[in-house]
Amino acid sequence: MSGLSESARGGAPLAVKIAVSGGLGVGKTTFIGAISEIEPLDTEAAITEVSVGVDSLAGVEAKTTTTVALDFGRITLSPLITLYLFGTPGQDRFSFLWDDLVEGALGTVVLVDTRRIEDSFPALDYFEERDAPFVLAVNGFDGAHHFDLEEVREALGLEASVPVVACDARDRGSVRDVLVALMDQVVEHHMRVSRGSPAFAG
Amino acid sequence: MSERKENLEETEDALFVRPFIMTGGRARPAQEGLRVETLVEAAPGARTALLEFEQRRIVALCEHPTTVAEVAAGAGVPLGVAKVLIADLVVGGLLVCHQPQELQLHLLERIRDHVRAL
Repeated sequence: MSGLSESARGGAPLAVKIAVSGGLGVGKTTFIGAISEIEPLDTEAAITEVSVGVDSLAGVEAKTTTTVALDFGRITLSPLITLYLFGTPGQDRFSFLWDDLVEGALGTVVLVDTRRIEDSFPALDYFEERDAPFVLAVNGFDGAHHFDLEEVREALGLEASVPVVACDARDRGSVRDVLVALMDQVVEHHMRVSRGSPAFAG
Repeated sequence: MSERKENLEETEDALFVRPFIMTGGRARPAQEGLRVETLVEAAPGARTALLEFEQRRIVALCEHPTTVAEVAAGAGVPLGVAKVLIADLVVGGLLVCHQPQELQLHLLERIRDHVRAL
């Protein structure tokens, strides 16, 4: 009755995830909250709380990392398919936790704030190294969409194959459009890989 | 005044339970490959099994297929702790684990269409 292969074939529930990455305070939690059915947990606050109790003790740093709270949202796509959005911890010192959140993800949204563009470098380095689909979403704070997306691409040295889209992390429709752009990329990536053609020429 | 502050800190320390106490200090799950989005579900008979508090709570949370992340949030334990506790239950046959598989193209397209319709 609870046989794995049987239930996997015939209408078993499916949980898929998308990672949301970027620098600290770039709007990941806002982005997730704009479209999630559940209130996302605030990772940053949880890290601070844990630090209060533990950081003063020497030699326990490895343990504090495992107590980072989860930052995730949930979207029911159909009675059987649920999409989860996981925010990656913003601080560089937690970037080694990303593997766990990114492994098995459909793809990743990398959020960037044009006022602190360099904050997105660690995330971009990480995702460019992996042959996995991602899009760059430029979060326009305070309605400040005073930038050219191609200039952002140039400033970050992104390949032409990586979509760069503008977004307002507070706006549900805007967040949905970013996720659609990512899913287009996911489908394209899957077709390219299964066709066996090289993903890049150089 | 500073003495009072010290007392307060001591009280807070006493209330702080180190998370991996619940796992007997183990940080590595007995079963590899549990991801945040892996679905786990209580096996038949798990509800009546003799379990410790945290494990009983996890089994109760998994009446229907539930992600590891939601189990962690629901049980109020850190992800690393939840993984160790869940893995024990999977190895013990009390939880059934639905591992996410490589998704076929038609499924990815369906997900994209659902997202577009949000």
